[in-house]
Amino acid sequence: MRIFDPHIHMTSRTTDDYERMAAAGVRAVVEPAFWLGQPRTGPESFTDYFDSLVGWEPFRAGQFGIRHHATIALNPKEANDPRCRPVLDLLPRYLAKDGVVAVGEIGYDSMTPEEDEAFATQLALAVEHELPALVHTPHRDKARGADRSIAVVKESGIDPSRVVLDHLNELTVAPALDAGVWAGFSIYPDTKMSPARMVKILHEYGLERILINSAADWGRSDPLLTARTAEAMLDGGFTSDDVDQVLWRNPVEFYGASGRLDLSDVSVDATFAGNSIQRGGS
Amino acid sequence: MTTLPELRDALGPNAWLDEAIERIRRHPAALAGLFPAAGRRCGRVPLPGLPGWTSDEAARVLMLAEAPAEVEPTYRYGDGDEKRAVLKALPLVAAGDTAVALLADALRTNDPRLVAAALGPYAVHLDQAAWRQGLLKCVFMGVPLAAVHGVRERADAELAEMLSAFAKERTAAGREVPADARELLDQLMGA
Ligand SMILES: [Zn+2]
Repeated sequence: MRIFDPHIHMTSRTTDDYERMAAAGVRAVVEPAFWLGQPRTGPESFTDYFDSLVGWEPFRAGQFGIRHHATIALNPKEANDPRCRPVLDLLPRYLAKDGVVAVGEIGYDSMTPEEDEAFATQLALAVEHELPALVHTPHRDKARGADRSIAVVKESGIDPSRVVLDHLNELTVAPALDAGVWAGFSIYPDTKMSPARMVKILHEYGLERILINSAADWGRSDPLLTARTAEAMLDGGFTSDDVDQVLWRNPVEFYGASGRLDLSDVSVDATFAGNSIQRGGS
Repeated sequence: MTTLPELRDALGPNAWLDEAIERIRRHPAALAGLFPAAGRRCGRVPLPGLPGWTSDEAARVLMLAEAPAEVEPTYRYGDGDEKRAVLKALPLVAAGDTAVALLADALRTNDPRLVAAALGPYAVHLDQAAWRQGLLKCVFMGVPLAAVHGVRERADAELAEMLSAFAKERTAAGREVPADARELLDQLMGA
């Protein structure tokens, strides 16, 4: 089984996680820029974070044979802090990078006017840089947040087939699919969505324009829930080709629209000039 | 040392690159968007006749040569491949030792590709203590010493002592001493 996790915050994960993910079949990931548990107070701490997403983390992932890409954005929660907003001016530099395959996570947290503005501005950046957009839907007031996100996406003029609305559930999947955007589901140990519920949704809505991720981050989460969902699909009557469509071909299609997805073979050891590197005590 | 005309020749005809260079010449700020695109537009393949160089690196060096004032921000905002290209460009585009702080930054990272690139020909501007630490870090990280510029000429008695202590530690731990480090040590000890 090959797995592409289209939304996972590897910054928060250990090398043990990378090892277990590789063993479970994870070969590619996309790490969206988001908030860390501790709020940031200025643009420089964002740029150091972005540097890590396009530099250090891909290197770390490569050591385990996993291809790492990123999405870059000012997240909705921190868009409310005037000290952080100047980072918007620095985004174009990062949106030009090879490893950046979308603008994200953008969208709403508390649905403030500041969030409206950052959301619209960054959808425009996605259009300008010819990149897809990853839209986070709020955890509180989700149904209204999803509807309002769809309205903003429509207004922006971006092709809806280049947008994913993420963290959806039983109530928000239909409006998303009807609007022509992709539907993203974050499988969590006990909150947003579970493997069993996910399988039900797949039976009801089909496999087209569906992305499944573990979203594993600094909160209670599990980077193997993509693999667990694949198993639940097989147990629930889906074929291994169905699993491959949802957990590999769909994310490849969605992020492939960036023209930057690089899935050429990643060797198990990081190499330097053809020589295998041992991890040193540096 | 490889020259800019050699890099341009090795790349062969490339209209995108010619136009990018022309745009950067007129507006150096255009480098911020064009420099990252080099891998997508010029490929990432080894260049025939120029061992150690890839097409994206060569294209980036040629672009940077048109906007030498942009060296620092280009490195600052670069991803791993871009930073490596800036480091490789330094002996060709930087004036004197003005960019030596970039080498220090690269040597602080844990990315072997950057550490190795920091020890190219431009490392003549690095003081001896920093150079020795950089070389020892390469040995630790498993970077082949052949990737370091001018090892034989610059290695000194102090480095011999550091390598000897490293070899003792590794041997005591039942771990291997890389063959090229052993060879360099033997040579420095006059064995
Ligand atoms: Zn997330």
